Amino acid sequence: MLEGTTAEIRERKALRVNPAKTCQPIGAMYASLGVNKCMPHSHGSQGCCAYHRSHLTRHHKEPVVATTSSFTEGASVFGGLANLKTALNNIFSIYDPEVVSVHTTCLSEVIGDDIPMIIKKSIEDGIIPEGKTVIHANTPSFVGSHVTGFANQCKAFVDYFAESTGETKNVVNIFPGWVEPADMRELKRLADGVGVEYIMAPDTSDVLDSPLDGEYHMYPDGGVTVAELKATGDSFLSVGLGPLASTSAVESLEKKCKVPSKVLELPIGVQATDAFIDALRLAGDTSVPSEIEKERGRLVDMMSDMSQYTHGKKVAIFGDPDHLVSMVSFLVELGMVPAIVVTGTPGKKWEKKMKEIIDPVNEDCVIKAFSDIHYLHQWIKANPVDLLMGNTYGKFVAKTEDVPFVRFGFPIMDRVGHRAFPTVGYQGGMRILEKITDAFFDKRDREDPDHEIELVL
Amino acid sequence: MDSATTPDAIHVLDDRTDQVWTKGSGKAFKCDTKSTAGSVTQRACAFCGSRVVLYPIADALHIVHGPIGCAVYNWDIRGALSSGSQLHRNSFSTDLAEKEVVFGGEQKLEKSLLELIEFYKPKAAFVYSTCIVGLIGDDVERICKSVSRKSGIDVIPVDSPGFKGTKKSGYQAACEAAFRLVGTGDTSDIKPYSINLLGEFNIAGEAWMIKEYFERIGIQVVATITGDGRVDDLRRCHGASLNLVQCSGSMTHLSKLLKQHYDIPSERVSFFGFEDTARAIYTAAEHFGDPELMERAQELVRTEIAKYAPQLKQYKKQLKGKKAALYVGGAFKAFSLVLALRALGMKTVLAGTQTGSAEDYEQLKEICDPGTVIVDDSNPLELAKFVLEKDVDLFIGGVKERPIAFKMGVAFCDHNHERKIPLAGFEGMLHFADEVARSACSPVWQFAPRRAQAKAFLDSASQSDFATESTTTEGGKA
Repeated sequence: MLEGTTAEIRERKALRVNPAKTCQPIGAMYASLGVNKCMPHSHGSQGCCAYHRSHLTRHHKEPVVATTSSFTEGASVFGGLANLKTALNNIFSIYDPEVVSVHTTCLSEVIGDDIPMIIKKSIEDGIIPEGKTVIHANTPSFVGSHVTGFANQCKAFVDYFAESTGETKNVVNIFPGWVEPADMRELKRLADGVGVEYIMAPDTSDVLDSPLDGEYHMYPDGGVTVAELKATGDSFLSVGLGPLASTSAVESLEKKCKVPSKVLELPIGVQATDAFIDALRLAGDTSVPSEIEKERGRLVDMMSDMSQYTHGKKVAIFGDPDHLVSMVSFLVELGMVPAIVVTGTPGKKWEKKMKEIIDPVNEDCVIKAFSDIHYLHQWIKANPVDLLMGNTYGKFVAKTEDVPFVRFGFPIMDRVGHRAFPTVGYQGGMRILEKITDAFFDKRDREDPDHEIELVL
Repeated sequence: MDSATTPDAIHVLDDRTDQVWTKGSGKAFKCDTKSTAGSVTQRACAFCGSRVVLYPIADALHIVHGPIGCAVYNWDIRGALSSGSQLHRNSFSTDLAEKEVVFGGEQKLEKSLLELIEFYKPKAAFVYSTCIVGLIGDDVERICKSVSRKSGIDVIPVDSPGFKGTKKSGYQAACEAAFRLVGTGDTSDIKPYSINLLGEFNIAGEAWMIKEYFERIGIQVVATITGDGRVDDLRRCHGASLNLVQCSGSMTHLSKLLKQHYDIPSERVSFFGFEDTARAIYTAAEHFGDPELMERAQELVRTEIAKYAPQLKQYKKQLKGKKAALYVGGAFKAFSLVLALRALGMKTVLAGTQTGSAEDYEQLKEICDPGTVIVDDSNPLELAKFVLEKDVDLFIGGVKERPIAFKMGVAFCDHNHERKIPLAGFEGMLHFADEVARSACSPVWQFAPRRAQAKAFLDSASQSDFATESTTTEGGKA
């Protein structure tokens, strides 16, 4: 399907071909699903809500529930106040959530709906039952990307819920960033291992990887609770993982409740995981248990076993900024050579940071924010690589160019492993390394002439 | 237990009670309305409707004018196959940013179009308007005209902002846009026995199977609209003598336009199941009033059924007595499914659609068995409630319903655009039976608690007959 792609790069200013990002509201919806008994609400046309639910369902293979203001022509002229009030009334009376988490869309942003005012009116009119909460995040689709929407929603959790009782507790807040439910589960396991008490917000584990138990649970038994969100204001430290996804939330918490904050890269690979473990260790004033040290040792062991196959291999990679920083760092640890790194999300600072990471191994690496998969494809046509990494949309590029392909990022709509196995932590590193070398070896085993096939690799 | 998960705590939204109907209840039924705000509707928007209908036109450029999301969420999600150009499987967007939202996106759109047309040399271009385009005041029609002049190809605006309504209003916009091409092509080599297939999107190659039936009996298929579609086929489709309309929801408007302007009659058909496929072929043959043609049609139906009917028997044995729920986009598909399931010995206990009309539901009520629940524009809680109440074995729906069914330990068959195997025609019926049987009879369900509970319940019931009655009345469902 990409036979029309040429190696001659067209500098485009006006359009996007095969995007490497999507819009803010889906990020807000994903974050909201990580709150216990929370109904994400899309304030816009009903297509947005249906699209986000379908997209998340394709990625997670799980029911995704959310409501919509179902804008009509009337609402787009006169504003969405009536729609949102009706919606809130219906949502509480029929779906009975603890929290309704409203996010805007391009439509309601352009109309200029004042959501806090509508929430206030709804409280005055008695639409919101006692003890229940409606929160909101502004997520204009024409600014940033889906990760921006996730970040804005996380900040909204802080702004609406965090409270300081004046009594600091021996608890660390962990803002995990946009990672998979399996990753959040792994982060919690590591924190348990180090022996710190924590609150993770949001937490989509047990929500979007729930077991088959013979029933449909509209609100699966998972997610950070409202009580926990309130208590984040009493923690003695916030750790935000992934600067783009988590900085605004931890900074807001620092401002609001004086909880000191620390922003780390997503713990993917050796050093980034070390930094995360170290931060937990320092915070908990504990020592790293030997179990976790052994995990690290097993990862490094596997890296040494496979180093002859990874060293010097050229990689093209696309995805979201936070994911890329950590994954590319891990690739460098593996001796691989990033050749082109592309994200659809805008960000000059990110480009600079990537350059610092990659410069020691490849000063000529092409690093592009606010770009797309078509650009990456054109580039690798002229500059062949050994490996492509990215979300499902990369498979057509991989097929056209006959390059080994490792799926990573959001969305992955054609494989099942990302929902079960983490990519964060030392164990996650082992999984990534397995996938990379499998991709290399599978290609060799498939394509080597009979007399050259190696039994032992 | 969570209040929202127990069946008896599941209510139907007050505003929605008229959109749920049980055969035999004699109650009034409402449909074709906008979704209630605050409902977890399974429906999408007008933009989605027009996009999915037009995108299989493979040699056209499809560009979404709006912020990036709208172009991403429907990027290549339907397996509408093309035998040639694959241009339609790419995603093109003007990716509107804050600046354009303030100052307008006309310039960006014009530039994008000129660049893309220069690079890909498409036969025509469709420009989809999203929610905010109207609000920021872009004159898309004017830009299209200007680019058309400069590039020499037809550049057609599709007026489909999401807030215009459900997918249905998007279908209408799509039909209007497609119709702009009609009447501009050469029809001189079109034979007297000729048809268009409307509302056939060539999912998993279904259009190819259906086309072959007609060609075998001597009927020319001028255009499949829009599966494996080509701009030039649309240009000359007015030369056909008859329109067969399959996905009635999406294409009724185009068939009306073709009747109005070119006096082409149309027939509503379905190619799902032996019965409906045969009927569709006979309908076309009958239209031309040629006894020899009809004979060839009958011969084809005989041959095909003889080929596949014996193989169906084994599936029937496995599936007999199982209960099915279906929730699909359009109503005509629902009719066919009810009949096809019946042919497999199964019973439809719940039938619903996202966009059915009053007329559709009348017909649906007629063909369903007494006790069948019929819903319009449903939501997960409602669907889950009926699945439990009716003790459903198989759910037929789309992407959002699949995991809900699985969580409840219920088998699933995708009869929506994400199906991966052709379900149309005679051969398709066999595929359908196979897909249903593979899911419904999967060993995995023995591990699903609901099934395990039901089995334990049945086992204990068979030991003491009187226990059955009291448990059922007390507990409702096991």
